[in-house]
Amino acid sequence: MAAQSPVKIKTGIEKFRADFPVLKTRMNGQKLAYLDTAASAQKPQAVIDAMNAVYEGGYANIHRGLYRMSTDLTEKFENVRARVAKFIGATEKEIVFTRNATEGVNLVAMSWGHRNLRPGDEVILTEMEHHANIVPWQILRDHIGIVIKTVPFDSNGVLDLEAFEKLLSTKTKLVGLVHISNALGTINPVKQIISMVRGYNKDIRILVDGSQGIVHGVVNMRDLDADFYVFTGHKLYGPTGIGILYGKFDVLNAMPPYQGGGDMIARVSFEKTTYKDAPYRFEAGTPAIAEVIGLGAAIDYVSAIGMDNIATHEQDLLGHATEQLKQIKDLTIHGTAPEKAGILSFTMKGVHPSDIGMVLDQCGVAVRAGHHCCMPLMAKLGLDSTVRASLGLYTNKDDIIQLVEGLHKVQKLFA
Amino acid sequence: MMQGSSSRNLDEMVENFSLFSDWEERYRYLIDLGRTLPEMDNTLKTDENLVQGCTSRVWMVAETRDGKFHFTADSDAHIVRGLIALLAVAYQDKPVAELTGIDVEGAFKKIGLDQNLSPNRRNGFFAMVERIKALAEN
Repeated sequence: MAAQSPVKIKTGIEKFRADFPVLKTRMNGQKLAYLDTAASAQKPQAVIDAMNAVYEGGYANIHRGLYRMSTDLTEKFENVRARVAKFIGATEKEIVFTRNATEGVNLVAMSWGHRNLRPGDEVILTEMEHHANIVPWQILRDHIGIVIKTVPFDSNGVLDLEAFEKLLSTKTKLVGLVHISNALGTINPVKQIISMVRGYNKDIRILVDGSQGIVHGVVNMRDLDADFYVFTGHKLYGPTGIGILYGKFDVLNAMPPYQGGGDMIARVSFEKTTYKDAPYRFEAGTPAIAEVIGLGAAIDYVSAIGMDNIATHEQDLLGHATEQLKQIKDLTIHGTAPEKAGILSFTMKGVHPSDIGMVLDQCGVAVRAGHHCCMPLMAKLGLDSTVRASLGLYTNKDDIIQLVEGLHKVQKLFA
Repeated sequence: MMQGSSSRNLDEMVENFSLFSDWEERYRYLIDLGRTLPEMDNTLKTDENLVQGCTSRVWMVAETRDGKFHFTADSDAHIVRGLIALLAVAYQDKPVAELTGIDVEGAFKKIGLDQNLSPNRRNGFFAMVERIKALAEN
């Protein structure tokens, strides 16, 4: 593969593509060009092996067993918490295992929100949020009567920071914003925004949706200073069903439980139940054990390559792919922010994104067509949907060539 | 509204598709079929007539006239329009009593378009077929 590919990958990470078994398969009889990593990443062999090893080599429930297999697995499980913490520059007690990023936002909305928000309190979100960072706040609005305000973005997909600052008021209790837009690729200046919010009022809580942010670069919680940062394992080359909620310990530990059950309690009686400290308070019931182990393997894997190297590789390819797509007649790229990650959203005149997606499918090219769970963003752009090609650490120039050839086929078919 | 389609039958369609050697020809034929589908009146393209889907939109209005099933449908996507045209071949103006006996799945499978009849493709077309079947059963 690398031999045919004339693209100069500075980081030399092209060789890691071979670690992903799925990428050797074919789709509709064609070589697979997987360009849907923003929806879910493929898994390296190391992750698959780590999960198999749990089931084949010593599976038991964790946290309460006195026998060797259970205590060993408990240790491995908790060790992943430590590795996640290290990966994002946090401490272990600030890492809550969730099902996914969506559950992280819901946990904060239901637990922190119900405890701290009163009618008329304001939550500021951006217009480029994924539904996962909109709907939980709307549910809260219906319950409590909070007010949701939104930050606009311009035609390039860049947030209007002046408008953002003007929205801050004495009523603002929380700011929720996406680190990297899943629909446009915009990398928001989260650090700058957080210091702006802190400068206005340090008591405003800040939640960052890091679903894409964690995948496309180095993220450090101490440096970022957000109160909450959520992400999911499956976009980070790990398994589905496991996500992370990072929360500053003092903030987390002042929050009531989100779900009740086993493993989150200190003591239970019918008269009174007391809870464990964070993060365990938020982890009711048997967790996704094998998935946590798989996430640990994924973090080890990407850490070994280096998130900075992955980011550089994706930036090189993004630049190349953008140039290639610009050559295609009647194609418009949506999201042209100067700071942009490996996500390319586009439409073609006279052809519906669904048509493009279906033709590309026949060409072995996996992309997404739709509103990308960002209907308010799409409405702002005056669109129903776009085609989205997204890059990952394994994406190479051949994938981009296959995409471009597929798009030429689209033009031919619909001419 | 969909004259022409009802005179052809589903078996003939399957046969037509079988003449093509590759997907490109099949898709081209499907797209051309979609072009024969009359545009739906814009006043009918209401939220009420919208069939749930997330990658493209499908509108459908169905009725029974003199014991025969009749529908008008449209989509903003070309390929889905083609699929609707195929559906018209199968169902348009057929006696209501015969609808449940029509093997659309079998025909789509032979054509190699059966993926579109699975709920996995959220293009509204599946939901449309489900709605026709529900109407047929009542």
